[in-house]
Amino acid sequence: MNIVNILEEIEKVDGEIYERLNPRRKAMKEFYNFGSKVAMASVPLAIGSMFKKAYGQTVTPAVISILNFALTLEYLEYHFYNHALLAAPGLLTPGTPAHGAITTIRDHEKAHVDLLAGAIRAAGGTPVSFEYAQFDYTGKGNFNSVYDNYVTFLAVAQAFEDTGVRAYKGQAGGLMGSPYLEVALNIHSVEARHASHIRQMRKATAGGGVNIKPWITGANDSGVAQVAAVYLGEDNVNQANITITNINGQNVPVSAATESFDEPLTRAAVEGIASLFIR
Amino acid sequence: MKNLEKQEQELLQEERSVFTAPLQRRSFLQFAGAGAAGVALVAAGCKKDRGDLMTSTGVTLDFKDDFGILNYAYALEQLEAAFYVQVVKTPYASMPANELALLTDIRDHEVAHREFFKNALSTAAIGSLEVNFSKIDFSSRASVLGTAKAFEDLGVSAYNGAGKMIKSVDYLLLAGKIVSVEARHAALIRDLLENGTFANTEVVAASTGLDTSRTPAAVLAIAGGFIKTEVKAINL
Repeated sequence: MNIVNILEEIEKVDGEIYERLNPRRKAMKEFYNFGSKVAMASVPLAIGSMFKKAYGQTVTPAVISILNFALTLEYLEYHFYNHALLAAPGLLTPGTPAHGAITTIRDHEKAHVDLLAGAIRAAGGTPVSFEYAQFDYTGKGNFNSVYDNYVTFLAVAQAFEDTGVRAYKGQAGGLMGSPYLEVALNIHSVEARHASHIRQMRKATAGGGVNIKPWITGANDSGVAQVAAVYLGEDNVNQANITITNINGQNVPVSAATESFDEPLTRAAVEGIASLFIR
Repeated sequence: MKNLEKQEQELLQEERSVFTAPLQRRSFLQFAGAGAAGVALVAAGCKKDRGDLMTSTGVTLDFKDDFGILNYAYALEQLEAAFYVQVVKTPYASMPANELALLTDIRDHEVAHREFFKNALSTAAIGSLEVNFSKIDFSSRASVLGTAKAFEDLGVSAYNGAGKMIKSVDYLLLAGKIVSVEARHAALIRDLLENGTFANTEVVAASTGLDTSRTPAAVLAIAGGFIKTEVKAINL
């Protein structure tokens, strides 16, 4: 077993492995000294303790809690789309672009569920788990036709995707310094891609011909009063004490100023929105 | 959030104090940060007086602190904004009204991002980059949307890859506020080219459902093909 080779292999995946093991500059020097002093038989044990130091400490209960929060949202989305594809006759016709897009999105949400549950388990935590029956996609009676009416279905889908984007954005700070920040960012932008496409589907005639853009304009551009909480604060035109509207004399209208920056939501706000759909 | 300019003034004061105080680890790091801002100040002055010299020497993105990462974002937003300004100024043949409206929106967003970084970085901002769009045929829809797709996907992967390098939680959130808008752009442009490709396997891995991250080195290697000004990256 060549301990240096192992670290080099890890470095290909995690460029900061040396920094994680020992954030000081002498890390490599110390490491080679360390290697020369340890008998080969005890190397696996030593590696185990180093990994615990490198990664174990970063997976705090707070981080696992964030991952479970994200996992809950991914279950909410996954079962929503999966049921639409498998058990809502007439809603989506196989072979159509709509069916293809919802399938793509459903598959991503399933992958996110599996990825997050696996990460939580690997970190020694217990992932939450949800069945379809635990969700109420009518939103406690607000969207009774959600699986019968394509327009209603897309309206709920848009609310879920835009909420997802805001939820991950709100948790990025809590994941700083953990290996899950990049994972969360890479899910975050996928949810934004989904939201963009769902919004285009709603804009199409079949989707209701809703006057809406792929990006969020103002405080509630969805045309659905029941989901106002999803868009609360999206009309912000001030970033880091800098006014974006017509910034530096450029022609940036208020609409573009709100669209050009998506806003985060707190965990409590997201849980409030999600609770409408959890039995 | 604290204005960057104000923060820099504090750092400069800190710089003076380090000559009189024992050089602790913390104050050394602050001193190093102030040094970068000082260099940027000199560069800005150089640009004002001798613009040609500035162009020939290029810009340096020093990734040792958040200034470098914000300037990296500023460089990419400059590139995107310049591109969409040209797209809207010289629309491709028979550009439909809905495409013109969407591309105009994107132009406004990228200009807003560019000007935001310029103001946030204040005196620490790099100068204006000179772009090179000789490979783009602005009269061709395929060329314009193909370039837009490349730029938007590149921007998403750049922000996704840089997130873990950001030290300030406020700047991380700002990057997050922008990257999801870039992802919305990317998905729209992809759908304009071919409906349903908003998150296909070119950008999102099927097994994990994760979008793409790129290192600054990889991003700059691609973006460099469209930027005349030499952009150097150090302390990566």
